[in-house]
Amino acid sequence: MAGAADPAGTARDYAAVLRNAVVRFGSFTALQDISLELEQGAFWTILGPSGCGKSTMLRLVSDLVPAASGEVSVLGKSTEEARLAREFAFVFQDATLLPWRTALKNVELPLEIGRRRNIKIPVSDRSPRELLKLVGLQGREDALPRELSGGMRQRVAIARALVCQPKLLLMDEPFGALDEMTRDHLNLQLLQIWAETGVTILFVTHSIPEAVFLGQKVLMLGTNPGRLREIVDIDIPSPRAIKVRDTQEFTKYTAYLRRLLEAD
Amino acid sequence: MSGVDGSGSLTPEPSNGRRRLRRLLGHAIPAGAAIGIFLIWEVGVRTFEVPNYIAPAPSDVGRTLVEQWPLLMRNFWPTFYESIMGFLFGNMAAILIAVAFVHSRTVERAFFPIAVFVNTIPILAIAPILVLIFGAGLTAKVVIAALICFFPTLVNMVRGLQAVSPETLELARILSASKSEVFWKIRLPSSLPFLFSALKIAATTCVIGAIVGEWVGANSGLGALIIDSTFNFRSSLLYATVFLSSGLSVMLFALVTIAEKLVVRW
Repeated sequence: MAGAADPAGTARDYAAVLRNAVVRFGSFTALQDISLELEQGAFWTILGPSGCGKSTMLRLVSDLVPAASGEVSVLGKSTEEARLAREFAFVFQDATLLPWRTALKNVELPLEIGRRRNIKIPVSDRSPRELLKLVGLQGREDALPRELSGGMRQRVAIARALVCQPKLLLMDEPFGALDEMTRDHLNLQLLQIWAETGVTILFVTHSIPEAVFLGQKVLMLGTNPGRLREIVDIDIPSPRAIKVRDTQEFTKYTAYLRRLLEAD
Repeated sequence: MSGVDGSGSLTPEPSNGRRRLRRLLGHAIPAGAAIGIFLIWEVGVRTFEVPNYIAPAPSDVGRTLVEQWPLLMRNFWPTFYESIMGFLFGNMAAILIAVAFVHSRTVERAFFPIAVFVNTIPILAIAPILVLIFGAGLTAKVVIAALICFFPTLVNMVRGLQAVSPETLELARILSASKSEVFWKIRLPSSLPFLFSALKIAATTCVIGAIVGEWVGANSGLGALIIDSTFNFRSSLLYATVFLSSGLSVMLFALVTIAEKLVVRW
């Protein structure tokens, strides 16, 4: 099995390392003994039944929830240090755009936070305008969120996540509320962005095909308590096209993951 | 991308002429209803020979409005001034206290019950108390007008400042935003639609506050004129004053609505 904890490896080579991480909410154990090493530049997806702690895992890595025990590090730093250094960015299921700001102003938001306090903020080589172009929204810089479709809003959110040049991108079912055609389109675009920027991506989804299509590895979580059941390598070469989904290899993976899900 | 091309509407767009006609009709119907009521009123008063001091005909009220215009204006400006001052102070206090409430749970727990209690005292009951405290001058009326604006704005502003989705707050945390950045960049702008609904209520109630204040003790102002014309059976003047009072409310309401259109563009 790939990605098992390897004490010899230096933490700096990894975008995120979890060792026996446990998350508890009161007496409820949300995540039990999670250990994994996410290599830099990788694209992993997290799959599992609802309530298995998929989102909690992203929130653990992004310093939104604390570990009750065990260790979590991001690029060799504690999650708090990594957050202060803007090493990671988060994309939520809802685009969470500020409705009074234009698309461009929303992308610029992270650059404004901390500027008055003279905090050193990493800035992407790409300007906010170029990032909007990267997600295919050139010409819509001045549109307000309500003037954009759901898919467009989510693309603004992705551009906003990239504006501080994060090394790790955490995505919590970002396309879960979109129709299938838009989702396919955005999946392809995300793979392209991943290839162009070299950012590490940890992507939570409840869709088996999406998990297989995007991920180099799929982390399969189980419930009661939330735990890591298996890490499945997806040996489909990049770049992947939508038609990969019609191949026998692809359905072999989806069938295997579906059996795993049902067996839980 | 999804669905930005053309409209899928089944009903055909009405032509320009028809649309103008429909808009005209939209104004004509309420205007017609108002004129109708005035006509019935006029005819009723004349047919049943209702004495002028019980119910003056609209034409009498109109004549008084013109003839007594200088007198009405002399009393309009003090009320206008008291209403505006009360509006500004009452809402300012409500906004600042709402900010304090959202900032500190302890402050909210300590002072919210007091705010509710003050709000439950009828304004007519508290007005004499305030006139006793502040005297018969301007201050008492401004305080009463401010008091009547205060509570709806406080409640709405607190709600508005808290109307930020948990995910947006998580975004702020991931960006390591400071408390003041969260306030200025997220909480305050998202409270504006709530604030403006409250300001629209305040725009009409502040006039009521000022007039009630003048009832209790004043030499000038629309409230004083209402009392004076009632006791002297000058009913036409009373009605004219009432119209002018509601005109003041409508004007303040319209000003707030225009300000809202300019500020809340999303």
